[in-house]
Amino acid sequence: MSFFFEVLIGGLLSGIMYSLVALGFVLIYKASGVFNYAQGALVFFAALTFVGLLELKLPFWLALPATLAVMIVLAVVIERVILRPLVNQPQITLFMATIGLSFFIEGLAQMMWGANVRGLDLGLQDEPIQWISDTTGMNISKFDLAAAGVAAVLVAVLAIFFNRTRIGRALRAVADDHQAALAVGIPLRQIWTIVWGVAGAVALVAGLLWGARNGVQYALTFVALKALPVLILGGFESVPGAIVGGLIIGASEKLAEVYIGPYVGGGIEGWFPYVLALVFLLVRPEGLFGEKIIRRI
Amino acid sequence: MIYREAGQFKASYAADSAIFPIRQDRIGIAIILALAFVVVPLTATPYLFSAILIPFLILSLAALGLNILTGYAGQVSLGTAAFMAVGAFASYNFMLRVPNMPILLAFVGGGLMAAFVGILFGLPSLRIRGFYLAVATLAAQFFILWVLTKVGWITNYSSSGVITAQRVVILGYPFSTPAAKYLLVLSIVAVMALAAKNMARGNVGRSWMAVRDMDVAAEVIGIRLMRAKLLAFAVSSFYCGVAGALYAYAYLGTVEPEAYSLDLSFRILFMVIVGGVGSVLGSFLGSAFITLLPVLLSVSVRFLDASLDLHIAESTISNLELMVFGGLIIFFLIVEPHGLARLWQIAKEKLRLWPFPH
Amino acid sequence: MATGARRIGETILKLEDISLSFGGVKALTDISFDVREHEVRAIIGPNGAGKSSMLNVINGVYRPQRGAITFRGGVRRDMNTHDAAAHGIARTFQNIALFKSMSVLDNVMTGRNLKMKASFLEQALWIGRARREEYEQREKVEAVIDFLEIQHIRKTPVGRLPYGLQKRVELARALAAEPTLLLLDEPMAGMNVEEKQDMCRFILDVNEQYGTTIVLIEHDMGVVMDISDRVVVLDYGKKIGDGTPEEVRADRAVIDAYLGVAH
Repeated sequence: MSFFFEVLIGGLLSGIMYSLVALGFVLIYKASGVFNYAQGALVFFAALTFVGLLELKLPFWLALPATLAVMIVLAVVIERVILRPLVNQPQITLFMATIGLSFFIEGLAQMMWGANVRGLDLGLQDEPIQWISDTTGMNISKFDLAAAGVAAVLVAVLAIFFNRTRIGRALRAVADDHQAALAVGIPLRQIWTIVWGVAGAVALVAGLLWGARNGVQYALTFVALKALPVLILGGFESVPGAIVGGLIIGASEKLAEVYIGPYVGGGIEGWFPYVLALVFLLVRPEGLFGEKIIRRI
Repeated sequence: MIYREAGQFKASYAADSAIFPIRQDRIGIAIILALAFVVVPLTATPYLFSAILIPFLILSLAALGLNILTGYAGQVSLGTAAFMAVGAFASYNFMLRVPNMPILLAFVGGGLMAAFVGILFGLPSLRIRGFYLAVATLAAQFFILWVLTKVGWITNYSSSGVITAQRVVILGYPFSTPAAKYLLVLSIVAVMALAAKNMARGNVGRSWMAVRDMDVAAEVIGIRLMRAKLLAFAVSSFYCGVAGALYAYAYLGTVEPEAYSLDLSFRILFMVIVGGVGSVLGSFLGSAFITLLPVLLSVSVRFLDASLDLHIAESTISNLELMVFGGLIIFFLIVEPHGLARLWQIAKEKLRLWPFPH
Repeated sequence: MATGARRIGETILKLEDISLSFGGVKALTDISFDVREHEVRAIIGPNGAGKSSMLNVINGVYRPQRGAITFRGGVRRDMNTHDAAAHGIARTFQNIALFKSMSVLDNVMTGRNLKMKASFLEQALWIGRARREEYEQREKVEAVIDFLEIQHIRKTPVGRLPYGLQKRVELARALAAEPTLLLLDEPMAGMNVEEKQDMCRFILDVNEQYGTTIVLIEHDMGVVMDISDRVVVLDYGKKIGDGTPEEVRADRAVIDAYLGVAH
């Protein structure tokens, strides 16, 4: 029985990692209505830049703000080169532009820093917490727990930001209707730069955590793909939804692999979250926290 | 001036709704067909066939399939390569298990199997739309590839997972040279492209476009949404399935799941975006562009490398390719979201007047 | 005063005690009225009265929670859109529901989709039945295009047309289906005087030449008085008037609703 809980908790904690990536998606979608396929590439780029700077002998506490600065510059460039020319285009066009962006960023990252796999040491080991395994016999990783803590803080900050501040309100207005927001004088360009900058910062946090766990490598970009089922469950516009969705996906993925996997030859982690999301969509097309879409004719 | 239509009157509805109503277009297509069927086989090198022409044609067919689904019917799909894989593996099994199976029939069988799977994965489209549907098609992509890898019966219990495709022999004549394979692929693609164009200008094409533009209105005028959407999935997957079979039999020579990865799905999606969504011509233009681009890129980089002595690494070239791809997608979406096909149309409009200014 | 060249027939559509609500909002409450064959029936009322919802109920876009619809003798608890279209009901929409990327000709051709029986395979091969049908239907569609005088724009993508012409194209698409009952939702909204006169002429021509029964929602009282045979008045989802234009115009409840007297 404790094995079940160990798998469950392990799954929940890894789910938090997915949520971190999903948070970046939600931010951008909430504030600009753009579904940013390039979020995974941003995670990869952030992690790679950080590690690259460390290799250039920059101390940890300098490399962090430096990478953050790079992500903000990237946000400014993206706003200028992609978002501005495509303002008011249909959502699907912007989505495809972000697919193009993801390819571009992946190529750029690898060209700048090389394609070798690197490790990332954040000072936290992926070891079981001693007193928990002593008392309950379950192995729960220190690292995973710390990551969950970070995610919790991040979510709290973002939730306050969106719901309590003026900028947050402006962001929500922009997500609803670009033209209308412009009409009431909301500075669209600044808003978008801010949002993509914040999403870049979230990507950095996610990149550091994922990189420390799995190594900084190209496969990191595929984590973004896993975030998609998370968004479907949680809704594209909900910060708490991203967390809950991540938890569900993480837990169900691990449980399925452990309990169903052996009967069908294993490897079902690759598609299980998607099929789960698909089934969920059939029952509730707008996700757990999403808003019901009503179409008037 | 060249493209003036003045003086060309159409005296019947048949003439008006013809695929090439303008004489210059008819001459143009005749020249292209003559080049493709006669001149190229006699003059091209084996490299040109195997590395460029054949994949260009096969992926045009796949792009055509995706265009039917996404371009005409408006159902976004990121699982194109998975349906191609179904076609390839089904054809393989037909050839393996049915004695004296004619290979063309095996291809059709592969396409039908893909169509069946396509309908299955198309069922969610009755409830889900837009991005959500795109994510559902990702489920198809991952799940189908997993099945093809795990279920031993499909791969005939091959230990490595890589199967050699059977030889292509039609009516006793072996299609083993690159030129022969090229002609086979060209013929199949030409026929299927014609069929696609006919469907697009007929009632079924209009129904699809109606569903794409405003499905509620389409329902009100009597179009059955379920039928239209599932038919789109079926026809599209059929095209992708045949393309997948050709990909294995006429290009790779092997039948393996890894060849039909998510990467291929994206490549085909890019072809549709760059070439022009909802256009038969666009499928070909996009495929030509995406197939030729890596070749052009590496040729020009190598040339620069040699002439300027830059010592550019291999990895840099492939990263550059990624960046150029990505950049071009963005460029096209900003400058001409309707793709190369629209640029071609604009060029034709300009040709009506050129060389005169107005 | 409607022109008197047609004979108004028996009841073709009967609505009994129709009630429709969305969540907690009651859009229609116990509406009953009938429509006679070959007549022009107007539905009027202030904004938000439920007129469009009424039309949506008639052709199956909305299903009422209570009530019965009888069309041409067949009683239904509700109507679904495909059946409605198959039984000869066609309509236009307040906000224009055309297929924006397709040409005028293609849009009107979609109106004839129920008459085209060839399978997709026959169409792919462009043989026999598929080919013949395409040209036969094209002829019928061209007749409608001539009737509504939109020949000059037949190949233009509909999204590029001005509002007034788009409304005409939408009417063409509805007419192409050769409907028995035509539902028009504010066909003259946003038009100037000339355009309105043209539209009125077309509607009356349709009614006289083809005998099509017409139910229309309209705000312009002049138009309503001029072309309709009978009028239904809705307010806050309830029926407050039913009769000839003269009767309705003089009705106290109707006047109050339009002048906004509290009730």
